[in-house]
Amino acid sequence: MTRENTEANVDSSDPASSHATGSNGAKPTWTDEAGTGAEADSAGVDKTPPSEPAPAKSVGPVSFGWAGFRRGFTTGLPVAIGVAGYGVAFGMLADRAGLSVGEAALMSATVLAGASQMVAVELWSEPIPVATIMLATVAINLRYSIMGAALEPWFRSLSPGQAYGSLFFMADENWALTMGDLTSGSGRGAFLIGSGVVLWLWWVAATILGVVAGGAIGSPERYGLDFVLAAVFVALAVDLWDGRSSLLPWAVALGVAVVAAETLSGQWYIIAGGGAAAIVEVLRHDG
Amino acid sequence: MAELGIDPFVAGVVLAMAVATFATKIGGLWILSRVEVSDRVEAGLSVLPGAIVVSILGPELVDGGPAEWAAAGVVAFVAWRTNRLLVALLAGLVAVVGFRALL
Repeated sequence: MTRENTEANVDSSDPASSHATGSNGAKPTWTDEAGTGAEADSAGVDKTPPSEPAPAKSVGPVSFGWAGFRRGFTTGLPVAIGVAGYGVAFGMLADRAGLSVGEAALMSATVLAGASQMVAVELWSEPIPVATIMLATVAINLRYSIMGAALEPWFRSLSPGQAYGSLFFMADENWALTMGDLTSGSGRGAFLIGSGVVLWLWWVAATILGVVAGGAIGSPERYGLDFVLAAVFVALAVDLWDGRSSLLPWAVALGVAVVAAETLSGQWYIIAGGGAAAIVEVLRHDG
Repeated sequence: MAELGIDPFVAGVVLAMAVATFATKIGGLWILSRVEVSDRVEAGLSVLPGAIVVSILGPELVDGGPAEWAAAGVVAFVAWRTNRLLVALLAGLVAVVGFRALL
């Protein structure tokens, strides 16, 4: 599972890659659009042959450096531009709810969670219903706990500051990009924060634009930007598909999530779907 | 009413939202760093990435219509053939705008 064979020898039967198991085999990572291959960090570190049998889920060495940050930043840039359409929409809603530019920008800069921000400004009134807003914020964002848990195999080797600092910048879109990158065996621990920072920059800038000039731009649907999230997740699903072993957990997640989305409020369906799949996998493990 | 000022009470509410959100973002990892995780639980956690993706995507597509379903098919095909995220993303946006005009 060295970088060499994840990048180059996807089709070869390189024996060095045969110890990799699960989803961490020689799957190619997202192709670098610029073709620069800026990933010099940790090259050489991961050439050590495994001295013990690979665990059920080997993730390889994880580094936290500028090269990983840059790769996250450049990969996240087009997605961030797409998400910025929603930043404009949020700015318009915030303006209509009576927030100032400064207040809306402060919320985008410190909360950085689109769906909960939209709901908060929808609930906003005078006097501000603080308890309702807080409850909605936690309920909508609880899915991030389960998404952060999915990063644990890689983030366990980062320092707490690196891991928790990165998680501040986690949103749905860059989490998806990061899972795609890390499961390919890239070992780029700074990918999340790199893709998060570029998302943050566009999110805050778009919020300000939305408050100041939102009326002139119109809704993101006009440009198909409401499809960005779905498109990113479809591409990620293609990347994460691991053959027949994925079939049962994915089917469980899909069924539970679709039913829960119809019956539960907010975004509980994401936790329900993910949780049900994990429980089924725990039950069938070595069963 | 796009004035620049920040009301202290509004700032307090916003920062409370920020703290609550940050707690949800780090909560999962924090718990896993405190408890010893068995192989069985590890196996359960290993299916989370795909399961979360499917859980977000499924209802999103169910809510959509033929245009979104066809565009999702385009994204999947392009991502599978090219392995280029940006190409798949652009193809998806062009497809969704086009299909919405046609279907």
